[in-house]
Amino acid sequence: MSRRTLTYLLPVLMGLVFIGLWYAIRFSMAEERRFLLPSPDQVLAAFNENSVALAKGALNTVKGALIGLSCAVVVSLVLAILLSLSPLVRSSLYPYLMILQMTPVIVLAPILILWAGPGLPSVSIITFLICFFPMVVNTTQGLISTDRNLVDLFKMCHATRRQELLLLRLPAAMPYFFTGLRIAATLGPIGAIVGDFTAGNSAGDGGGLGFLSIVYSAQFKMPALFATAFTGCMLGFVFVSAVIWLSWLSMHKWHESFNKGDA
Amino acid sequence: MPAIVDFSQVEKRYGEGPLILDRISFTAERGDFISLIGPSGCGKSTILKLIAGLSSLSQGSLTVDGMSPEDATEELAFVFQEPTLMPWLTVKKNVEVPLRLRGTSGQKRAEIAAKSLSLVGLADRAEYYPRQLSGGQKMRVSIARALSLSPKILLLDEPFGALDEMTRDRLNEELLAIREQKAWTAFFVTHSVAEAVFLSNRVFVLSANPGRLYREVKVDLLYPRTQETRHSVTYQQQVAVVSKLLRSVEAGKL
Repeated sequence: MSRRTLTYLLPVLMGLVFIGLWYAIRFSMAEERRFLLPSPDQVLAAFNENSVALAKGALNTVKGALIGLSCAVVVSLVLAILLSLSPLVRSSLYPYLMILQMTPVIVLAPILILWAGPGLPSVSIITFLICFFPMVVNTTQGLISTDRNLVDLFKMCHATRRQELLLLRLPAAMPYFFTGLRIAATLGPIGAIVGDFTAGNSAGDGGGLGFLSIVYSAQFKMPALFATAFTGCMLGFVFVSAVIWLSWLSMHKWHESFNKGDA
Repeated sequence: MPAIVDFSQVEKRYGEGPLILDRISFTAERGDFISLIGPSGCGKSTILKLIAGLSSLSQGSLTVDGMSPEDATEELAFVFQEPTLMPWLTVKKNVEVPLRLRGTSGQKRAEIAAKSLSLVGLADRAEYYPRQLSGGQKMRVSIARALSLSPKILLLDEPFGALDEMTRDRLNEELLAIREQKAWTAFFVTHSVAEAVFLSNRVFVLSANPGRLYREVKVDLLYPRTQETRHSVTYQQQVAVVSKLLRSVEAGKL
């Protein structure tokens, strides 16, 4: 068997082993405790049964995640440019960014609900707060890590600050930006679900996946809870894939990480 | 016409730090190819930075083509130790960068870039990205970028240090061949005595801590120089002279 076939076959095999283990654990449990771990087929059935609610919940979560993530991208880019201007700006702003990062967002949720209203507004803000930090830190790092010699070259050609930013610093920071975006993309759906968990319930739009999980746990619907978790996982997968695709689009021609030895 | 580069009692220190350059004085004539060689810490690269206006002197005076270095930046181009290319731009666009910054129009830029690239033998690589090139080719692009500015002075800071000897020798010959067509004055920092003698008509041996101009060796070899030059007795004698000077400088340091 070629190595190529193996790389495709092994993950599938691992998946089957995992499902087998799942069944094995379930059937090794005492009968009266088996409700704690629904079988894969029960979870599939729950997907079917709750498909409309799950789809609606996923859509609301995606909305919150997208709005929060997009705002995080825009704000972090602006702030990173500001931070890259001088060490003085960095040292005066970084402590407060750290404080913001260290504050458990979940505790802020009730405040945000009162300020912005429940549902989408609060969910988006919570997502934004969670996604924003890794983006601003990575992008700033990228903007200040520009090759010294290239900066000198620009200086010798009397480049304006604008030229230096647009032609040199921003493109040079692109790999860092995408590293931040990739972290933020995993955090986005999680942030939206966590936000929804606390702020989604009274929005009147049925809430997102976080709110669904509250409903299902109150109703003791274990299979539906598992289905909700898998839906959230898939959302994360879609978000990260989208970012990987975006970074491929913008960098595969030149960045070393996309070099498959074709040079 | 004023001397192309004139150092007079130049001293340099960073802040309150130790003296980096101590009373450096020399006059470079138009068309000189001057190599700077010496132990690390002798301030070779600092001399280039002063000429380029990237660093300012602490004492003495320095003129570039009769002007202060800051006013003369249009007349010179810098080739760095590393190729220092922008990986996200094609070879052609990389060569165009300095022209773009100086406001040259798009069509003119493309023309000049094409000419510079064919000068370094990379016309067929114009649309490649840097990662697709070998180390030697990247350095050639870097040189093409510098040449695209049609500089009067070319500053080269150990440009071939990271390359293997074969590639280095070939690039040395190519550099001199290009110089036959474009008469710039060159300042070339290197650690290689052979390279310094092969390229230059003047070799400056510097001593370290603080950096002083220890001795100047005039190289009595006619241009154009080719691979044959390396086999000549005069060349080998000159290499021996510079090596000996360098050894005595290094010994004095200890």
